[in-house]
Amino acid sequence: MTTGSSWWRRIGFGLLGVALLAGVWELYTFLGPAEGVVVGGVTVLPRTTDLAMPHIWVMFERLFEPVTSAAGSPPMWSAVLQASAFTLGVAGVGWLVAVVVGMLLALLMQRFRSAEQAVLPWIILSQTVPLIAIAPLVRRWGSALEIGEFSWENWMSVALIASYLAFFPISIGALRGLESPDTNHVELLHSYAAGWWRTLLRLRLPASVPYLLPALRLAAASAVIGTVVAEVSIGLRGGLGRMVVEFAAAAGGDPGKPWAPIFGAVLVGLLAAGLVSLIGLTLRRFRRAEVPA
Amino acid sequence: MTRKDSLPVTDAHAVNVTGVSRIFSIKKKAAVTALESVDLTVAPGEFVSLIGPSGCGKSTLLRLIADLDQPSAGTIEVFGKTARKARIDQDYGIAFQQAGLLPWRTVRANIELPLELHKVGTAERRSRSTELLELVGLVDFGDNYPDQLSGGMQQRVAIARALAESPNLLLMDEPFGALDEMTRERMQNELIRICADTRAAVVFVTHSIPEAVFLSDRVVVMSPRPGRIRSVLPIRLGGPDDRSEHIREDTAFFDGVSAVRESLHGTPDSGNARGVDIR
Repeated sequence: MTTGSSWWRRIGFGLLGVALLAGVWELYTFLGPAEGVVVGGVTVLPRTTDLAMPHIWVMFERLFEPVTSAAGSPPMWSAVLQASAFTLGVAGVGWLVAVVVGMLLALLMQRFRSAEQAVLPWIILSQTVPLIAIAPLVRRWGSALEIGEFSWENWMSVALIASYLAFFPISIGALRGLESPDTNHVELLHSYAAGWWRTLLRLRLPASVPYLLPALRLAAASAVIGTVVAEVSIGLRGGLGRMVVEFAAAAGGDPGKPWAPIFGAVLVGLLAAGLVSLIGLTLRRFRRAEVPA
Repeated sequence: MTRKDSLPVTDAHAVNVTGVSRIFSIKKKAAVTALESVDLTVAPGEFVSLIGPSGCGKSTLLRLIADLDQPSAGTIEVFGKTARKARIDQDYGIAFQQAGLLPWRTVRANIELPLELHKVGTAERRSRSTELLELVGLVDFGDNYPDQLSGGMQQRVAIARALAESPNLLLMDEPFGALDEMTRERMQNELIRICADTRAAVVFVTHSIPEAVFLSDRVVVMSPRPGRIRSVLPIRLGGPDDRSEHIREDTAFFDGVSAVRESLHGTPDSGNARGVDIR
């Protein structure tokens, strides 16, 4: 069990890691040659000019300046927060879809051995298709979809692509978890004349929790990445993906600017992982290991 | 809690095994005969141990009675029903070598698991589990989780769980096999007391000769390849009140141990008896 003090220790070490990274960055910009380290015509270490590697305080200062020089432009931090919230929301929808789809696939594969043999290779194969390739397809299919009042919107395409990336760890993790109970336990339930459904509820689902939690966390990270990438390839406005592309163009004259949405992405990733950890806290009793008698 | 209404009528055996064989096919042509034409009856309330070296099919026989496996030939009746019907009717409770407790459930919730699965009401479940916690001497541990318990305590929970539905038959597959010698003897004493209280018939698989002799009304000695019953030895150590610690040093006890040992090591090939604990 983690106590309060060990929590602070973990946070402390986390901050220390960040500080260390910042230290290395600043040290290199200070010591490294302006033109970078070039070996045989290949740049192995980047240039250290203020444009290529802005100081960390420049990145942070930029957060408190307006986004553009136009009048009425909001401060950078508020624009980034807004975009982060948008991306987090879309990623959340994608994550939920992925959880439902991944769990259903895992249940199907656990229930029918033949389904596992038929579906599992396709699940693995699905992850070799690059997101960039399917994004326009999803968008086109979606725009053709109209049922009554409901019309498909671009953010749904993005969420769907995020879920495409995120369902994979869930279905694999859940399948391993559902199949994790010992024969011992399965036979015990069989001796109680419990059918598949009740064995699932009383044994397989609780036993799958230790396998499911890392899968959910991985899926959350995948959903965030999927959302950012899909925002770019579908061209959805409002999120971090588009902001990254737009601000990268400004790097030449405003080196701190492209870093703002990157900080936003880090924030979204931390939030997503944190939310999944909260789920883990509520399921703590299912993570007790069985000790051999 | 009252005994089940379906108390066996006197003419029905608790277990009746007739001409049972079990052949495992490993590859296409290779087959292993785990059991060959086994006959065995267990009377209601009787304690019968199955003993024999590894591979003699004693666990297989127990699994067949529990309907965790089906015989290749022959019939098995439990209280006059098919083994399958008896399993569905919950006529037996079962305990394995591993306690097999669900780690995410408290001790009490583990004991209540079979009751919960068979839709027994919360209040009745609670009173039954309290009763069983008292029976196995774990009243103070109801809210603990299995990983907070010693091996012996876990096994006691498993026995309580097996008794939850007041079965008239207990099937036990080396339940004390993983315990140290001290705990083991204490658990044997407790099992005798529990059996006297519940008056359930027991089929008990073990490797240990003294354990079989100490616990049983009859000891069934089995031999391997193919698994057969070599002999059935009646043991007369008296009722549960007489069978306390001192009986382990009694001549009747030693006579029983020698008889079982001789039967195990006897004809035709003494080499077969390897794997039996002579403790």
